[in-house]
Amino acid sequence: MKPWLNLRSTRKRETFAAALLLIAAAMTCAGAIRPAWAQSLVADLSNHLIAINTGFVGTEVVLFGATDGPGDVAVVVQGPPTEVMVRRKSRVAGIWINTASMEFQQAPSFYSVATNRPLDQIIGDAVLARHEIGLAHLRLPPLTPARASPERVREFREALIRNKQEEGLYGKTHGQVAFLGERLFRTNVYFPANVPTGAYTVSVFLIRDGDVVSAQTTPLAVSKVGFSAEIFEFAMRQSTFYGISAIIFAVAAGWLAGAIFRKV
Amino acid sequence: MQIYLPIAEMSVNGLLVLIMGGVVGFLSGMFGVGGGFLMTPLLIFIGVPPAIAVGTQANQLVAASVSGVLAHWRRKNVDVKLGLVMLIGGAGGTALGVWIFGILQTLGQIDLVIALSYVLFLGGIGGLMLVESVGAMIRGRKQGARRKLHKHIWLHGLPFKMRFQRSRLFISALLPAGIGFVGGLMVAIMGIGGGFLLVPAMIYLLGMPTALVAGTSLFQIIFTTAIATFLQAALNNTVDVMLALLLLVGGVVGAQFGTKASGFLRGEQARALLALLVVGVALRLAVELVVPPPNLYSIAIPVDR
Repeated sequence: MKPWLNLRSTRKRETFAAALLLIAAAMTCAGAIRPAWAQSLVADLSNHLIAINTGFVGTEVVLFGATDGPGDVAVVVQGPPTEVMVRRKSRVAGIWINTASMEFQQAPSFYSVATNRPLDQIIGDAVLARHEIGLAHLRLPPLTPARASPERVREFREALIRNKQEEGLYGKTHGQVAFLGERLFRTNVYFPANVPTGAYTVSVFLIRDGDVVSAQTTPLAVSKVGFSAEIFEFAMRQSTFYGISAIIFAVAAGWLAGAIFRKV
Repeated sequence: MQIYLPIAEMSVNGLLVLIMGGVVGFLSGMFGVGGGFLMTPLLIFIGVPPAIAVGTQANQLVAASVSGVLAHWRRKNVDVKLGLVMLIGGAGGTALGVWIFGILQTLGQIDLVIALSYVLFLGGIGGLMLVESVGAMIRGRKQGARRKLHKHIWLHGLPFKMRFQRSRLFISALLPAGIGFVGGLMVAIMGIGGGFLLVPAMIYLLGMPTALVAGTSLFQIIFTTAIATFLQAALNNTVDVMLALLLLVGGVVGAQFGTKASGFLRGEQARALLALLVVGVALRLAVELVVPPPNLYSIAIPVDR
């Protein structure tokens, strides 16, 4: 965690330098020489670490980049995958009880998409599915696919997405990628206060003539820092000692309050 | 004032949580109950995951009970011997409860069991208390003769009879230990001190003097909640000290005022008010169980333990 902290200010300077460089690169590439596949798309984030401290209320990260010519851009942000259990209630003897459930092997803990124009105007479903662009094309494999009918899987899959959207972790709408001129683009990605920690990936796709012609993936870390990070580490690594400390702390606080109020 | 909770992994309005702690603390000091039966549903209502609400609540109750006991202690309203006998049962109940909690969590039925036990216990006990205390208020102060001696029922005749001088009781030790056991179960499963059950059980089943009941139940709750805090932190990682800090700052301050306020209430009046509160919470939860939920589906990260 510490190295991240030290890097933060220098990293900002680096990203600005990178931005300038890539703009220059884009300009030269646009000429006669079109050297390598990878260079047709360059993108970076304003910040590679989202630091969750005690006052964290959510944050926004700016993604900017350049293409070597006209084309559409899609940006997909995915949080670290986890297993997810989806449960459905039904009425049993007058009360609502969880009666059915389906477990999904892995679902991204966070997911958002941004494009410069509506997805269906850009490319076909097959390409979107291959790159998991858009919630409808997200791969969510159930744990026991053999035992469930396709309709049932669809029902629970939709419920999973809906609940994640309500928690603010899956984008309800597509974000907007804004083009500045023909080649430079930028977009803002919003992360809410309940954003899960871990290693995120930010994928940028350049789309031309109905296919993805170039893609770039940038890592993004979401991590607790400072006091909340220390508490979290303490609670997870030395949970026995953490429990004892919590008790001592509570007894001391109760005693202190009692002592103060004795005088009143 | 948004504050990020490191274990719950969410941010809450700090001021709101402080006020919640204060109000619940006041009531807990006044009635000699832990106040968990109000706080746990409130925490779940503001979006704290049920498991974290239950675990953190146990930690907060340690502080609230310590500060509450101090006030009762100064007035010599604690029967330590009886409290220790209750604690023997309480420790067993807490350990069993934490184990059951884990099983219910993997089955996905913990929310239902929490809600159902709230409705059954709170509704049942609250209803009985309400009927009794209102009856006592109507009858007025005619019971001077009955004050001194408690009625002997068959339960008091169980083996291992013990003398509790402070409470002027000579009853089977199994009875307070059994009451403590049920209280311990509740700490672990429902995130409550169990005061709302302990208080009437001590009054009606043990026949303890009302003045001693609040202090003695709080004394016992300190230890059961401490055991629950330890087990929940060590086994389930569900104790959020940041949340506990907010709750207990509000809680201990409120409890002090509550204890002072309890001096102005007569026994049956306090019981009637507590009963109303308990029945209210039970009804609120019962409605939630019966009314069709707006979203039939819920998601959770599965716990494999």
